[in-house]
Amino acid sequence: MSAAPNPISLRVTGRGRRRLLVNRIAEVLAALAAFSALLVLGILVWSVFSRGVGALNLAFFMKGPAIFGETGGGVAPALVGSLVLVGIATAMALPFGVLSAIFVSEFAPKPIGQQVRLWLDVLNGFPSIVIGIFVFALCVKVSLPIVGWGHHQSAFAGGFALAVIMLPLIARATMEVLTLVPDDLREASYALGVSKWQTVLRVVLPTAFGGILTGTTLAIARAAGETAPLLFTSSLAGQVTDWNPTHPVASIPFLIFQYSEAPDENLHQQAWAMAFVLITFVLLTSLAARYLLERSRRKLGAPR
Amino acid sequence: MEAASLSAPEGLPRTRRTADRIGDKFLYGLTAIAALVGFLVLVAIVWRVADGAWPAIKVFKLGFLWHNTWNPVTSRFGARDLIIGTLVTSFGAVLLAAPLSIAIGLFLSELAPMSIRGPIGTLIEMLAAVPSVVVGLWGIYVLAPFDAQHLQPLLGHLLGWIPIFAHGGDKVESTVFSAMLVLTIMIIPITSSICRELFIGVPAELEEGAVGLGATRWEMVRTVVIPTVRGGVVAAVILGLGRALGEAIAVTQVIGNFTPLKLSIFEPGDTLASRTANQYQGAVSNIQVASLIYLALILLVITFLANFTAQRVVKRFEFQRIGGD
Repeated sequence: MSAAPNPISLRVTGRGRRRLLVNRIAEVLAALAAFSALLVLGILVWSVFSRGVGALNLAFFMKGPAIFGETGGGVAPALVGSLVLVGIATAMALPFGVLSAIFVSEFAPKPIGQQVRLWLDVLNGFPSIVIGIFVFALCVKVSLPIVGWGHHQSAFAGGFALAVIMLPLIARATMEVLTLVPDDLREASYALGVSKWQTVLRVVLPTAFGGILTGTTLAIARAAGETAPLLFTSSLAGQVTDWNPTHPVASIPFLIFQYSEAPDENLHQQAWAMAFVLITFVLLTSLAARYLLERSRRKLGAPR
Repeated sequence: MEAASLSAPEGLPRTRRTADRIGDKFLYGLTAIAALVGFLVLVAIVWRVADGAWPAIKVFKLGFLWHNTWNPVTSRFGARDLIIGTLVTSFGAVLLAAPLSIAIGLFLSELAPMSIRGPIGTLIEMLAAVPSVVVGLWGIYVLAPFDAQHLQPLLGHLLGWIPIFAHGGDKVESTVFSAMLVLTIMIIPITSSICRELFIGVPAELEEGAVGLGATRWEMVRTVVIPTVRGGVVAAVILGLGRALGEAIAVTQVIGNFTPLKLSIFEPGDTLASRTANQYQGAVSNIQVASLIYLALILLVITFLANFTAQRVVKRFEFQRIGGD
């Protein structure tokens, strides 16, 4: 644009060429950054797949661990244990999460609603190991006068720790869908003379049901992979399948952790196989949940 | 209506049925209690952790923060190197992750062809869904060996004259540097997806204005996009930092769990969270348990400060943006 020697020429020269070069370099670097993140994901998934898939067989899912030194064996107790733990956690976190979301979006005055959001964000920011230590200090270390809770590790304690992690996730996801429910629906319901609680239960919740479900699924996927909260609350498990929630139970993530540091090649293989099962579960549920969430958003007419 | 003293005529329904009056109050109360439970859990966490750490606080006082023994035999415990290790690994990870995340955010919001933005964004976010124990397992058997064989000798060769990059020549797999890399991988999806949202939110007329004045795409990003959302980017990075500070499992799997800390990052180390995680079955005495909980308390305070700062930055940033409009 400056005083070029030949005013008619449109060729980019000198400064302009340097600017285009810098621009090109920046573009390539940004693309490389994204590509390297994808590469890491690819390598990670491929390592888990290639090392884990070999150890997968029926015995892996049906049997308990092999006797020390022998090969074979499976992780059935850990599968059952994970199921018990996540089941307990969901049963605890789901009602409280959904109800507190209803409180914030339907009942609470704005400043109080913002306070609740803030607490949930703070809770969400707590490291999961701290939550494990909290449950340990609350009901493993000391005795509580509730049957099956006091003074020792248990699936209840582990499930409770996972519930603390799930609560803010479920609550925030539910709040998000509840705000997407169009006010027209609520007003139409009021105009028909329906009271508020009936409106919430019969109009708002059913409309938001899909979103709540996907939010819960995402929270379950997260909780199923958490190890840190279980270290102090449900790690001293036996070798057999145990459905009793007052006993500590084995779990997939904890067993991966334990086996990964074991000096036995057979256990390493099992750790990879468990990682494969876990990662498949988590990635598939997350992808499915995201897809459903996108769909229910579109159905509720959210922008984008 | 005008005569409240008159009784309502028989046979006319009252405007609000009793069930509805009770129902409204009941649901209000129930949901309020549920919301309160969230708050109570928050308070309980702080209270129980502080209370559990109390025996150690009473014995070691604040000196715990700058003492460095961890000796179950003599019951002397201190956290100095663990605090340093936590800060070094987390800040190192953030230093690596922040530019990468911003670049990824830019790629996904400004650069990539429309049709691949969605899928690539989803894939990168999937990286966040990988459980930390799996990242740690991969860290032990894939990343750390690669790191020890190739990356660390190379960096030691190039930067070895700076003491923190000094490389002893041994191929050590469990190192502070490996932990940094693992943490970097774990926080990139979080920070990059926030960055992407921020960049998408930059008003198109601002960007078009810059391009209209003859700016190249990079110049537009540098002079318009990034300055507009600077506060948000800082907050995103601090949120990533909070995540890195508290990560226990993946770090404990690759860092080597060793104190006293060495000066070089190509040596084993330890962090608050990883020490806590690592001792889950080894704590014998009451004072050792209390010391572990003390570690968790310190971690709680540090992560709370980080998240609180991020919130403040976001708030100030939002305020500015509203004020500017």
